[in-house]
Amino acid sequence: MSQPYLELRRRTQSRDRSLREKVMSLEEACRFVRDGDHVALGGSTASRTPMAMIWALIRAGKKDLTVSRSIVSTEGDLLFASGASRHILTSWFSQGIVWGVSRVMRGFTESKRAVFEEWSHLSIGLRYRAGAMGVPFLPMRSMMGSDVAARLKDLREMDCPFTGEKLLLVPALNPDVALIHVQRCDPYGNAQIDGLLFMDVDIAMAANRVILTTERIVSNDQIRRAPDQTKIPFFAVEAVVEAPYGCAPHECFGAYEPLFPHMDYYAELTRKNPEAGAKEYLDRFYYGPKSWTEYLNLVGLEPLLDATRRGRSIYAD
Amino acid sequence: MPTEARACTASELLCVMSARLLENGQVIFAGVGIPLLAATLAQRLHAPGLTILFEGGTIGPHIVPGQLPPTTNEQRCTRRANMLVSTTEVLLLLQRGYVDVGFMGGAQIDRYGNLNSSFIGPADDPQVRLPGTGGGNDIASLAKMIVAMPQEKRRFVERVDFVTSPGFLRGGASRRDAGLISGGMYKVVTDLALLGFEEETGRMKVEALHPGVTPAQVQANTGFELPVGPGVGFTEPPAAEELAALRRLDPDRVYTA
Repeated sequence: MSQPYLELRRRTQSRDRSLREKVMSLEEACRFVRDGDHVALGGSTASRTPMAMIWALIRAGKKDLTVSRSIVSTEGDLLFASGASRHILTSWFSQGIVWGVSRVMRGFTESKRAVFEEWSHLSIGLRYRAGAMGVPFLPMRSMMGSDVAARLKDLREMDCPFTGEKLLLVPALNPDVALIHVQRCDPYGNAQIDGLLFMDVDIAMAANRVILTTERIVSNDQIRRAPDQTKIPFFAVEAVVEAPYGCAPHECFGAYEPLFPHMDYYAELTRKNPEAGAKEYLDRFYYGPKSWTEYLNLVGLEPLLDATRRGRSIYAD
Repeated sequence: MPTEARACTASELLCVMSARLLENGQVIFAGVGIPLLAATLAQRLHAPGLTILFEGGTIGPHIVPGQLPPTTNEQRCTRRANMLVSTTEVLLLLQRGYVDVGFMGGAQIDRYGNLNSSFIGPADDPQVRLPGTGGGNDIASLAKMIVAMPQEKRRFVERVDFVTSPGFLRGGASRRDAGLISGGMYKVVTDLALLGFEEETGRMKVEALHPGVTPAQVQANTGFELPVGPGVGFTEPPAAEELAALRRLDPDRVYTA
């Protein structure tokens, strides 16, 4: 009989959980992701997407990653188009409602070169939560009777032993690695998140490794002045990377809104010839620049400042 | 037909007719676009104590006219809200029973109110892979549902290609038997009519026609039999104050063009 729970604990026990500095570069953090890993992404749609780390992993030529996220936007297109992933598990997959259905996602999935494994939004949340709780499954009351459930193999139904009601059981998801972008954290990985949390805390606690990217690194003293704002504890974190504008062209709460002109440019580029467009985008913005700073330079100061002005306005009310 | 009704767009008609279905004191799980606009309109008109929830984790946002958020996951959704929680927590409010109405748009619906936003054609070999459920499946599984969508033959089909968000499944007791013992389809608001569902069979029915719409028009835009019964009357046309309030909310006509 397999003992996945004891294996999960063994992995956790074997991690260095001491209060130690773990600041490194995007390139160095890539070593925590192996080909074939299950990589969970924090944020949702175009919000707090760990874009800088995804950028680094694609540049590092990672392969066969299974990627999960609550809702997937343009990063999903680029993971498919770069060959980094051929399997994405999510509840919704397209750039965003205003840009319509992703032609890149369509091209790869309709030709069966890649898989979009569709789960309901809540079921993904409960799978991460079960993983974070150290239990093998959680019961829930949605999805039953739908074709979404009918297409999924890893589901069971049961009659509740207390009430007799029919329930759906979703299995725990313990990602190999979680990529999470935050507004600030200290060199140890104590992470503070402003605004919408999405599923990030559960993802971090479910994962076997966490790579944090952060808008800025602050002192441990500053973290200790407001420990109630700390959402991810240092001992769950393997790597801390300072990546300003690390979600661009997506948004980071309180710091910048999406870079809409860049998002429109991407949508236009992938509209007529989706895969050639995505490839052109990768060549220009992913493989071209030598550093994240050079990437931001290519994206351009004007859209960055415009997004920043809009982003900071949340605190102007 | 009064001038106001004729002067408004199909989207405006959907917004006004949907807003009327929402009641003061209700907690509404709203998608962006027409559902959000209609829920905000109801707040301004007759339901100041109505609370909006967004899938991204927002409880009770304050919607600024002209700055409607484009998704339910962006910081714009959070402006002056009462509380922000995780996505999982806000979806669990549906399961816990705090939500009165789930309110969404729809791409394809069938006679039992099942919604498809996943595949056009067979799921194993689709003509089009659509973006998928998002929270739609959870909302439709757990809440009383209002759907706002234009009435067209290709959208109102006998049987959806794929049940993304469950209505009454195959009718009768099939929804309950599947384990979905709460929630269910309540109303579908279209540009032609206000539609409901028969309690026993779970079949879609016409509850009222919008002013100037004929039964033949409804049938011509529906892919299954949808008769208009003898007692069916007309909805009240949008009033001048309803349209004025709506136009203040969406002055650039982003959602109501």
